[in-house]
Amino acid sequence: MSTQTSPVASKFAPVSRPVALRCSGLVKRFADVTAVNGLDLEIFIGECFGLLGPNGAGKTTTVEILEGLTAANEGTVELLGQHWNTSADRALRERIGVQLQETQLPEKVTVVEALRLFRSFYRRGHSVDEVIQTVALEEKRNARVGKLSGGQKQRLAVACALVSDPELLFLDEPTTGLDPQARLSLWDIVEKFRERGGTILLTTHYMEEATRLCDRVAIMDHGKVIALGTPAELIESLGADQIIEFSVTNDLADESLTNLPAVNHLHKRGEVYALTVAEIGIALPALLAEIKRQQSELVTLTTHQATLEDVFVSLTGRMLRES
Amino acid sequence: MTISHTESERRKEELITPGGTKSETLHPLVELTTTRVREFVREKEAVFWVFVFPVLMTFALGIAFRNTAPDKTLVAIEGSAVDSRVNEIARVLSAAPEINATVLSASEAAQALRSGKVSIVVKPENDAFEYRFDPTRPESRSARLIVDDVLQRGKGRTDPVKVGEEKVTEPGARYVDFLVPGLIGMNMMGSGLWGLGFTIVIARSRKILKRFAATPMRRSHYLLSFMLSRLVFLVLEVAAVIIFAWLVFDFTVRGSWLSLSLITVLGGFTFSGVGLLVAARPSTIEGVSGLMNFIMLPMWLLSGTFFSSERFPQVLQPFIKALPLTALNTLLRAVMNEGASLSSNWIPIAILLAWCVISFIVALKIFKWQ
Repeated sequence: MSTQTSPVASKFAPVSRPVALRCSGLVKRFADVTAVNGLDLEIFIGECFGLLGPNGAGKTTTVEILEGLTAANEGTVELLGQHWNTSADRALRERIGVQLQETQLPEKVTVVEALRLFRSFYRRGHSVDEVIQTVALEEKRNARVGKLSGGQKQRLAVACALVSDPELLFLDEPTTGLDPQARLSLWDIVEKFRERGGTILLTTHYMEEATRLCDRVAIMDHGKVIALGTPAELIESLGADQIIEFSVTNDLADESLTNLPAVNHLHKRGEVYALTVAEIGIALPALLAEIKRQQSELVTLTTHQATLEDVFVSLTGRMLRES
Repeated sequence: MTISHTESERRKEELITPGGTKSETLHPLVELTTTRVREFVREKEAVFWVFVFPVLMTFALGIAFRNTAPDKTLVAIEGSAVDSRVNEIARVLSAAPEINATVLSASEAAQALRSGKVSIVVKPENDAFEYRFDPTRPESRSARLIVDDVLQRGKGRTDPVKVGEEKVTEPGARYVDFLVPGLIGMNMMGSGLWGLGFTIVIARSRKILKRFAATPMRRSHYLLSFMLSRLVFLVLEVAAVIIFAWLVFDFTVRGSWLSLSLITVLGGFTFSGVGLLVAARPSTIEGVSGLMNFIMLPMWLLSGTFFSSERFPQVLQPFIKALPLTALNTLLRAVMNEGASLSSNWIPIAILLAWCVISFIVALKIFKWQ
């Protein structure tokens, strides 16, 4: 069964909204691995779309195909009504902003020099001072790139993508490796861009980032989209809003747990049992009683609101069992 | 702290004022070239290798091969100091001003000859002399003539004809005059290849090239900016060596400065083009280093930097002449040493032009942006 036609995707597929980016049937094979394996996406104008998945899911390859930097083996890409590899490539590049994963700008140039350089490539766009202000790097205006902190470097990378005042902004793991403070300030920049009507394609492996920033999210694994929807829809699709995670002294039988009232799903990671539950007030006392009945003892117990993380765990867990 | 804070507040207010959308940037080619220049001058090691190193090299080689008083001929006399025939030879040879003779044992003499400490070994053989020397070494051949002349005269030989001598050592024909154009050529090749090759491969490995490829930047602009930035430094680089050689060794440029400038520009462009070609595909420093050595080493040896390339066998000459460094060295020497005109040297000019244009076009075609 194809996972792309998950109930979430079909139920909530919006109709007739203007599309900023559409790709279908993308396949990218490398010598030893198929990085993208039949991928369809549709991103609407004005939305922030998240591509979510673990390392190696094929997010970066996908994004670089969409950006026209990598050629796909199969499939089509339509970007702002155009295709790549035509005589209009440069005109199309005028309209997009790109932040690549792990680009290290030249260390010896200053913030303002780097931005002036990028600005010179575009016919129209913001002034250098405007974007410096947008990414709050006024204090570091004349600092060399090599002297910036990780967060400042990443803000500069985003500034280089914003300097052309793009219609469509690609951000590939913009906050990976940043501390919480730096992450927040980057989120601010993304939100401001979206408020002004910009379209964003963002990849991340931080579920809370996708929840906070994205209107819609596609969860990717092994080069495919395995779920698509708004963060709320995806979490709702678990049929549950709480997760109970616990470990015990003596192993418990799986069926004894899935048969408990209000429990929808069980997932085991090593020693830890994760129960997806609809109503914690019913499930928790029943669980404690069951542990006691099986003469085991609790070692750890935590509960939390279901997140996209849990969606991913539940989806990939099921996928693995199917294959 | 409060001062800088209010300062930034004030600046923010200024920035918010409308009408600030007019771009203050220049043409992308100018911006790219300026960035290149900035990156270079802010890299202290690079400045050393491009400017200081060639000057030091000129100095060291100029001193090592300077034309002071002609070197004395070094001679070993095989035998022991108590042998009267040995003493006799030593007395005669030492009387000659151009000879420096020492008495050595057989094994010491053999060792000294092998290692080049002496050019010839003289051994008394009954009433005759025996000369031991390597005829493939020019200094040994001349040592044989000098020593033989002195010893034969000591035994009473006379010259049938009187000769007069006029000794001439002219600036322009010294080794250092030959060396300076060669060093300039070699340096232009080195800084072109290393300067471009390294910078581009580093930019590729740091994904900067890919980032640029994601902008509407014209790819030819990026490559051209390297060639242009090389020109900026070329002027300084060549001037540094010429001025130094002029101050220290009384070096003079005989040809016109215009011809020299044109050749320098052409050479700079050519080796930038070759540098681009070398850097077109490798994505690691190790990869590009190997490739550069593979290209530069033969030219260091063959292209007549330290000695004339005419010394290589005839069959190699067409190949050697087609190398860009040979063409550049030939042109530099023609203009600097001989004061020749460019029109009389159109063949090496054509060779350089061909290398320049072809390598740039091929580099642009096969260049890997990620």
